[in-house]
Amino acid sequence: MTAVPLQPPRRLVTFTLDGEETRVPEGSTILDACRSAGQDIPTLCQGDTLTPKNACRVCVVEVEGARTLAPACSRRAEPGMTVRTDTERARHSRKVVLELLASSTDLSTTPRAEEWIKEYEAEPGRFGADAARMNEQPKIDNDLYVRDYDKCILCYKCVDACGEQWQNTFAIAVSGRGFDARISTEHDAALPDSACVFCGNCIEVCPTGALSFSTEFGMRAAGTWDETAQTQTTTVCAYCGVGCNVTLHVQENEIVKVTSPHDNPVTHGNLCIKGRFGFQHVQNRD
Amino acid sequence: MDLRYTDATPTETEREAVDALLGPPSSGWDGGAERTGEDLRWARGGASAAKDRRDQLLPALHAVNDRVGWISEGALDYICRRLTVAPAEAYGVATFYSLFSVRPRPAKVLHVCTDLACAARGSQAVCADLTERLGSPGTPAEGAVWQESPCLGLCERAPAALLLQAGEDPVLQAGEDPAHTAPLSPPAPAAGTVRCSAALAPATAPALVTAVRAPLEAAEEPPAAAAVPQAGDPALVLLRRIGTVDPSSLDDYRSTGGYTALRRAFTLGPAGVIREVVDAGLVGRGGAAFPTGRKWQATAQQADGPHYLVCNADESEPGTFKDRVLMEGDPYALIEAMTIAGYAVGAGQGYIYLRGEYPRAYERLAHALRGARTRGLLGPDVLGQGYAFDIEIRRGAGAYICGEETAIFNSIEGQRGEPRSKPPFPVEKGLFGKPTAVNNVETLVNVLPILERGAVAYAATGTETSTGTKLFCVSGQVDRPGVYELPFGATLRELLDLAGPPERLRAVLLGGAAGGFVRPDELDVPLTFEGTRAAGTTLGSGVVLVLDDSVELPRILLRIAEFFRDESCGQCVPCRVGTVRQEEALHRIADRTGAAAAQDIALMREVGQAMRDASICGLGQTAWNAVESAIDRLGVYK
Repeated sequence: MTAVPLQPPRRLVTFTLDGEETRVPEGSTILDACRSAGQDIPTLCQGDTLTPKNACRVCVVEVEGARTLAPACSRRAEPGMTVRTDTERARHSRKVVLELLASSTDLSTTPRAEEWIKEYEAEPGRFGADAARMNEQPKIDNDLYVRDYDKCILCYKCVDACGEQWQNTFAIAVSGRGFDARISTEHDAALPDSACVFCGNCIEVCPTGALSFSTEFGMRAAGTWDETAQTQTTTVCAYCGVGCNVTLHVQENEIVKVTSPHDNPVTHGNLCIKGRFGFQHVQNRD
Repeated sequence: MDLRYTDATPTETEREAVDALLGPPSSGWDGGAERTGEDLRWARGGASAAKDRRDQLLPALHAVNDRVGWISEGALDYICRRLTVAPAEAYGVATFYSLFSVRPRPAKVLHVCTDLACAARGSQAVCADLTERLGSPGTPAEGAVWQESPCLGLCERAPAALLLQAGEDPVLQAGEDPAHTAPLSPPAPAAGTVRCSAALAPATAPALVTAVRAPLEAAEEPPAAAAVPQAGDPALVLLRRIGTVDPSSLDDYRSTGGYTALRRAFTLGPAGVIREVVDAGLVGRGGAAFPTGRKWQATAQQADGPHYLVCNADESEPGTFKDRVLMEGDPYALIEAMTIAGYAVGAGQGYIYLRGEYPRAYERLAHALRGARTRGLLGPDVLGQGYAFDIEIRRGAGAYICGEETAIFNSIEGQRGEPRSKPPFPVEKGLFGKPTAVNNVETLVNVLPILERGAVAYAATGTETSTGTKLFCVSGQVDRPGVYELPFGATLRELLDLAGPPERLRAVLLGGAAGGFVRPDELDVPLTFEGTRAAGTTLGSGVVLVLDDSVELPRILLRIAEFFRDESCGQCVPCRVGTVRQEEALHRIADRTGAAAAQDIALMREVGQAMRDASICGLGQTAWNAVESAIDRLGVYK
């Protein structure tokens, strides 16, 4: 059993959420409040272990008295606030943002994107066939993972995970500006020539599949990737004594990728190169 | 923090440029050529040292770019070692700003403005002519490269161009003692490439080619007063010194009432100053019209410290040039006003965040700062009152977004100039995470007449909710473009009458690219915050761009859309992609009207609404305003 450290008690904040008086611990975001009330708000750039950058703007809600909509993922509930999550204005913004995203990037491997596009009746095709896209070729410069920035929505999660929030390696950052902004190493160097230590923690947080294991990328290209046929087994990494939890994703008796549970108090989802990628020897059956 | 640097090495010149800013490296750990035995006994640097020096990143990038013309891999790596910054992050910062290049390019770069005021006055023809003489933009020729540029803030002399030549700093070369007052024009340069800049306006292609060949012999810029058609009028308040005093002379400044406001501030005390500013009803002139006194009060009462004062001099709104004229024509006024503001909010350090395209304003302000320090008007004991305050100028490097109040903080701190989410607001967590008051240049300069005359006398001018006078940047098709100062409440017609309107007026753009158009039959709109709001438009930063019927409006709208696409920081989706989709739609309907345009207009409306509602900052929220007003009020595509 893992010990969960208790936090000091927090005061409760009372505010109105969709007409209902709601009480949440001080410091909770509107999204936290919605989720504990069993309500679903779409979000892409929010991550459970990173400070949200609120860049995707899919989770916007209407706060009474505010000129603009607020991102539910990072706006904290304040006493007396009145929040509506499903107004016409909020729904319109979510719809357009989904259209803008789907028309400029490849959301085919983004979990739930298809579902939300349907729910909000978004029509990404209406910007025309000539609408500018990211148009990036997959960057394959090492054996461990692939960067397919055609799928990148610039949520900054990989940058935050590589930087001071998780890994402290600082191998990647956002370069350029506006529509030309890209996640990049210094001078756009190949990953093996950069500061990258191949911990794969950026893959762990990527919400769109822009970063993926070479195994997954290859199997998707071959049409053999089948998540429904996969099992997940969480075990303890055997490489050293830290005791990180690793979750092995197995398809047809082969490990196809490794993740790590975010609620583990030792790693919070982090692994090193060995835990993340060093699984070949397990299936070496000679 | 274990950072990995590249193997690229800087050239001697690049190393010198960085060391001139940061001083020589103290050991092998921070970029010294070799590690000595002593270095190897302990490690210096680390995360805390990095946090201390990260804010030198932008100045260091400038140092190399100013000296060499671009930033090589070796130079960037050396800067990173000196400052303990990760190379990927520094690369992200360097590629954010349009005045920097990370690819080789000539030392001479000619920026030709193609923005609104210049477009209305023939920049297209200048560019076409220039293409014939120097080749297409971006292609080096004759040791120079030219490129199209967003607004250079020289709108009264449109069409405009700015030539920047990298090279050795002539001031440093002459061995100037920073404590002494320097001559305004740099001394004659020695052999070799000397850093210089030349604002060329009004620009013609032949004159630009001549200037490119010999930048140091380019015709001198007219004095700041040339931009003030009312110069010498005794009714002027904010502009009263421009053209009547020498901007380089502190004595001139003091003999015309300079530093009486600061003396009064010291007798009133910080709380008294804030009370005067509140009573005067001063609101911000940068565009948002927030009450200045309330902002100061909120900053002053924060328990966390230190407090900072930031002067927003990143005047990049197309069509705006009033702050440039104030800074070039009356630099001591800004310094005195900042000293008062710093005293009121309890700040010991002020920053002027100046846009990179204003070399003359930089020179004048730097000179004035040295003068003020020498006379004890800045420094550890201002006027012997026991108040310590100093000001540093930070140059931007070509990014409109850095005029957004929180993007300024990121830029000064050495991060990408992306805006931050609010709340928390700057008064609570601003520069370096500390309470910060951010004010525009014009706002700050208003503090002087408030303290000189008293709040009541100040508030007697203007209307009840818009007190005082306002500076307007009149450009486009008028006889006398320039900065005008009028009491709030004057009508647009009165302003245009002063500037000489065109015979066949088509439209007036108020508030710049983020503002709105008004029709010729709406000229009686009172120029106040409430009056323009009631008329469905905005005063914004004071832009009054006048267009006659020779101008193709769809082309102007396209330029506005292009501007926002280029200047979006790219952080949030509605703005990053929305600005692109809007520009695409405007391209599609460039020559269409009526039903043929209706579908794309509906599309733009939907995207515009989402940008207004869901963007992180004001850029995305206002990017659709001007185009929308042109469609609704001018019926452009009918």
